[in-house]
Amino acid sequence: MENTKPPGASAWRTDVLIGGAGFAGLALAIALRQGLGESFHVTVADPALGRSHAGDARASAIAAAARRLFETIGVWDQVAPGAQPILDMVVTDSKLQDVMRPTYLSFSGKVAPGEPFAHMIENPALLAALIARAKQEGVELRTEAVTGFEASTDRVTVALSSGEPISAKLLVAADGARSPIREAAGIRSTGWSYDQSGIVTTVSHERDHHGRAEEHFLPAGPFAILPLKGRRSSIVWTEEKREAERVVALPDDGFHAELERRFGLKLGEIALAGPRRAYPLGLSMARSFIGERLALVGDAAHVIHPIAGQGLNLGLRDVAALAEAVVDAARLGLDPGGPDVMTRYQRWRRFDTAAMGVATDGLNRLFSNSSDALRIVRDVGLGLVDRMPALKTLFIREAAGLTGDVPKLLRGEAL
Amino acid sequence: MPEIRSTVDTDEVARFSALAADWWNPRGKMAPLHKFNPVRIGYVRDQAALRFGRDTKKLDSMKGLRILDIGCGGGLLSEPLARLGAEMVGVDPSNTNIEAARAHAAQSGLAIDYRCATAEALAEAGEKFDIVLAMEVVEHVSDVSLFVESCASMVRPGGLMIAATLNRTLKSFALAIVGAEYILRWLPVGTHSWEKFVTPNELEIAMEQGGLRVTADQGVIYNIIADRWQLSSDTDVNYMLVAERA
Repeated sequence: MENTKPPGASAWRTDVLIGGAGFAGLALAIALRQGLGESFHVTVADPALGRSHAGDARASAIAAAARRLFETIGVWDQVAPGAQPILDMVVTDSKLQDVMRPTYLSFSGKVAPGEPFAHMIENPALLAALIARAKQEGVELRTEAVTGFEASTDRVTVALSSGEPISAKLLVAADGARSPIREAAGIRSTGWSYDQSGIVTTVSHERDHHGRAEEHFLPAGPFAILPLKGRRSSIVWTEEKREAERVVALPDDGFHAELERRFGLKLGEIALAGPRRAYPLGLSMARSFIGERLALVGDAAHVIHPIAGQGLNLGLRDVAALAEAVVDAARLGLDPGGPDVMTRYQRWRRFDTAAMGVATDGLNRLFSNSSDALRIVRDVGLGLVDRMPALKTLFIREAAGLTGDVPKLLRGEAL
Repeated sequence: MPEIRSTVDTDEVARFSALAADWWNPRGKMAPLHKFNPVRIGYVRDQAALRFGRDTKKLDSMKGLRILDIGCGGGLLSEPLARLGAEMVGVDPSNTNIEAARAHAAQSGLAIDYRCATAEALAEAGEKFDIVLAMEVVEHVSDVSLFVESCASMVRPGGLMIAATLNRTLKSFALAIVGAEYILRWLPVGTHSWEKFVTPNELEIAMEQGGLRVTADQGVIYNIIADRWQLSSDTDVNYMLVAERA
C-alpha cells in the first residue's frame, strides 16, 4: 500500500513492521508478501541480520504442519536436501546405569502414507533459506533493532536504532523469549524456569541411525537423539542447571565420556561434530498476545519446554494464524492492525498455546524425577498408549500439529 | 433543488447524527457495526467479483467499479471499498455524518465523493452505478417500496443492488431488539423498531417492482463462541439480498 516517504511526512511508511528476523518473523514476512503482493510493504528489522549463525549447533524438528507451511511459502525445496526425515521414534524410561533400556513407546513416524511426521533441520540452513526467500519476495530487511514505539488511532510509529522513525499499520514482536518489544509494551509474562538446562550439540557416529529418533527419560530429564543427515545426530540433553554448565565446560574428552555414557554404543563409536552450549529451560506465556497495533509471535509470545520438540512448531502456528488474519483484512480494504484483526489472532492462538504449555510441562514434571513410584505410573501410561492405536495416532497428529482449527498455511493451502 | 418526496424519517437522522463522532472508534458506540463490517464487506466484494469477474485476492479487486453507499454514516463501508479501488459515492441525509466521513477519508488519504443527500435526490438527478448498496438502511426508512424503487433505478444494466437488513420474525424481535438493545446493550435502546423490519419476501417484491431480479439471498448469524459474525443459511434475523438488472 505504501512504501515511500510522502513529501512533508515525518516518517517512512510501511504496512507491517516485524521486529526480529528469526524463523517466525521471516516466515510471516514472506507469507504476507505472497498473500498481498508488491503493493503491501513488509519490513523486518533485526541487528542479527548482520551476524553469522554458523556457531548455532541447534537443529529443529519440523512437524508435518510446519513443513506444509514451508512448502507453501516456497522455502522447503531449499532445505529439503539437508532435511532428515524422522522415520520412527523410540521412547525409553531408564536410570542412567541401566544396561537395557526397555522401550515403552514406539511410533512409526508417519501422519499419512509417505509423509513423515517430522524432519530434522539444522537451524543455520533453515535461517539462510528464509532470508534468501524474504529477499526474493521483496521484504525490506534492516540490520537494526526496534528501540521504541507508540501507537496512535490509525498507525504505530516505531523508532529504530539508527534513530529513524518508521510508521506502520502493525508492529509484530518476533524478537524472542526475552522480547524487548513485549517488555516495552508492558505485557507481562507468567511462567517459571525449570532449573534445568538443555545441552545442545551434534555428534557423528559410525553406523546409520535409519531415521530413528530416540528420547530417553533419564532421571535428570530427557536425553534426545535426533537424526541428522550423514550419520550425525543432534543431541538435546537435559540436566540440572549447574551440572549442565559443568558438563559443557569439560574438555572435549571429558565431555565425550559423559555423552557416551548416555548415548550408548549401538551406533558404534561417536565423535563430537559441533559446538556445545547449554540453554536454560523455562516455561513462559505472555498474559496477552496482542496490544494496540501489536501482535506477539513465536518465543516472544510463549516459551514451552522442549521435551516434545514443539516450540518452533507452535511459533509457526502463530505465523499461519496471524498471516491469515492480516491477509483476510487487507483484502477487504480493512485495517490490518485494527482491533478486529488482533482479537481474531489472539482467540485463534491462546487456547492452543496454553494447552501445549500445560501438556509439555506435565510431561517434564512426570519424567524428570527418579521416584520409582512415578516411574511405574508413567511406564504403565506409556505402555497403555503403545497398545492403543487410536490414541497413538492422536499423539502423532498432535505432535505433527494437525489437530484443532488449523490455519490454511499449515494445511498446505496458499493464502 | 426541486421538492422531492422523501423517505427519510427525521427522528432516525437525529439519532445517528449524535453518534457521528463515535463512528470510527472500534471500541466505542459503533463497536457492533465494526464487528459486523468484515462479513458484509466480504459479501459485497465476493458478489461484485462474481458479477464483474474480479480476483478477490487482489488488493485492488474493486478497481474502477462505481459504487453508491446509501446511508453511508461515517464511511465504515465506503472507505474499505475505496481502498480496494472502487469509485465510491457515499450519501447520507445527516450532514454531521457526512462531515465526519469527509474528515476521516481525508485522514485516510482516500478520495470519496460524500454527499449530504437522499437516494431519491440522486435518482432524480439521473445518477447511475455499477453497484448500489443499501446496507443496514432499509429498516430505517419510512417507505420501503419508494426507497427501493429509487435505489433500483440507479443500477446500470448488468449492475447489482445489494441490501442488508433485518427480518421481521419472532426470532429477530428476541435477538435484535430484546437481545442486542436491552440485554447485551450492543446498541442504544430505540436504534431499531421491529415494526419497520422487512421480510426477504417484501424486499424481493420491492426490488422486482424496481425492475431488478433477485439472484441470491444470504443469512448472517453471530457466532458466540468465535465472537464473530458469519454467513449462514439462516435468514431469520440478519440477511442480505442481491439483485441484478438484466
